[in-house]
Amino acid sequence: MFRKTISYVVLGCVGLFMLFPFLWMFSTSVKPAGEVFKSFDSPIKALVPGEVQWQNYGKVYDATQGMGGGFARWYLNSILVAVVVTLGQVTTSACAAYAFSRLKFPGRDKLFLGYLGTMMIPGAVTMIPNFILMRKITDWLTVAAPFVNWDAPRVISLFGRAYDVGRLVGLDSYFALIVPAMFSAYGTFMLRQFFMSIPRDLEEAATIDGCGLFRIFTTIILPLSKPALATLGIFTFLGNWQSFYWPLIMLTQDSMKTLPLGLLSFMGLYSTQWTLLMAGSVMMILPMIVVFIIGQKWFISGIQLGALKG
Amino acid sequence: MARTKRGRTALAGYLFLLPNLLGFLAFTLIPVVASLGLSFFEWDLFTPPRFVGVHNFAALLKDHDFWRYAFNTVFLMLTIPVNILGSLFLAMVMNQKLRGIVAFRTMYFLPTIVMGVGTYLLWRWIYNPDYGLINTIITHWLPRWLNDGISRLGVEWPPQWLSSVTWAKPALMFMTFWTVVGGYNMILFLAALQGVSPELYEAADIDGANRWQKFWAVTWPLVSPTTFFVFTMSLIGGLQGGFDQAFVMTRGGPAGATTTISYYIYNHAFAWNHMGYAAAMAWVLFTAVFVATMLNWRFGGRVVHY
Repeated sequence: MFRKTISYVVLGCVGLFMLFPFLWMFSTSVKPAGEVFKSFDSPIKALVPGEVQWQNYGKVYDATQGMGGGFARWYLNSILVAVVVTLGQVTTSACAAYAFSRLKFPGRDKLFLGYLGTMMIPGAVTMIPNFILMRKITDWLTVAAPFVNWDAPRVISLFGRAYDVGRLVGLDSYFALIVPAMFSAYGTFMLRQFFMSIPRDLEEAATIDGCGLFRIFTTIILPLSKPALATLGIFTFLGNWQSFYWPLIMLTQDSMKTLPLGLLSFMGLYSTQWTLLMAGSVMMILPMIVVFIIGQKWFISGIQLGALKG
Repeated sequence: MARTKRGRTALAGYLFLLPNLLGFLAFTLIPVVASLGLSFFEWDLFTPPRFVGVHNFAALLKDHDFWRYAFNTVFLMLTIPVNILGSLFLAMVMNQKLRGIVAFRTMYFLPTIVMGVGTYLLWRWIYNPDYGLINTIITHWLPRWLNDGISRLGVEWPPQWLSSVTWAKPALMFMTFWTVVGGYNMILFLAALQGVSPELYEAADIDGANRWQKFWAVTWPLVSPTTFFVFTMSLIGGLQGGFDQAFVMTRGGPAGATTTISYYIYNHAFAWNHMGYAAAMAWVLFTAVFVATMLNWRFGGRVVHY
């Protein structure tokens, strides 16, 4: 009994330590702007807002309007990038994992070793040539296919309003944000390990019934792998929602920015408006918390799966 | 080829692999080779590349900034053992038949999940010298004699944190501790502990072992493969780390105190257009990661009990 009480006290204190910064973030986000710069004679008083101002959240939206569409646009960009990258990565990884785990073809095992070998390489090594590729690709394409204006940023009209959607490819393009992130050696590896653990009996029965390889993939392998696919999906979504380095070097236009970058340029203009910066941060991390809490079961088992097999 | 069954399977194999393989070639394999090639050139992206042999690598050896930032990188990695022991401790407390463990686990994992620009901004605010949470706590919750005592030692107190050459690194290290202590490593330790057979502890009880002896004789050896794994991963991560947080919180300052190798690579490649030099540095970093991992496997393997 005594031991349990001690354990709860320890767990509770650690929990407070973890949550305290988030409480501070949230309380700052609803404080009146002036209250942030008052000295308090106790941290608890500093933590409780004298007056709750929900309108700070709206102010973030208003204050960033001039920055290429602002917060709402950054939110849309983040959703678009994270969702498309996740769908793409799960699809390409699952297909490749099926090939690596079930289909025999010359060179298969060497290729798989090649995949594994690159997982240890620091991002900086590939980032530099990839940056150069995106920087130069419009020039190269202009030479190869001069009938398309590769360099021009595009604008589309929707519901009577014009939206900047960047170039087709290269810097400041959705292509650059999405396509390079759609292929993952790690995801391929993880799904292959999972597919290997699925018994082959079902597939053999299906083959006798005249099922082709594609039908076996879609009707047997994929349905049986839902937990692994969900795990990879959650990992990828959370990783890309916050991805920072690659968008940072790809983007200059405000209207193309994802949330982390948008928030950073917002900070550049309003460096002391902590109430608004924290409101923006709260809005940015909220979807991650929701996705994490919903997908927690898969997420936790996925961590263990990756480490045990790796 | 597609006439036979085996031929059909092989063709299907290539087709299933194709999309992923194209991406892998275009954005991983070819860039790896290209950056190695690039490291022997000087290129600012405007004038044509110039072959310089191993000059970039030689210059790197003599680059004082590089060594300083390498030191910073290693210094920031000093938290790794502390983080790992903290995770192990938390996992041990959680590995009991208690109600509400899932709630605690979720709480502890939150910082890892949301880590990024949002939490970096948050900690920038927390470390604000005048109105931030930490200095409010220091001034009002710590006893006066302690605060006076510390300042009498000649230490900057309360610290200016991110704008202080002395305190910027510890500030980032403390934030890292908060971010990772309840994260992946704790989950892995928890899984490892759940795999330890209770009979071993019962046997230790019969032998009259106290809690401390049980830890060293049973728990520590049995979780050692996990410890080894998380240490290796932290090492790999730590050597390449430090860019995102420093870029958002300190811009690598004050006076370069929080610039790491990855930040220095960013500066050369994307701020100053020294593509060849940056590529050379990225390859040196890769080599360091590789050597560290190999050494770890070679010598760390000895303390692992399977």
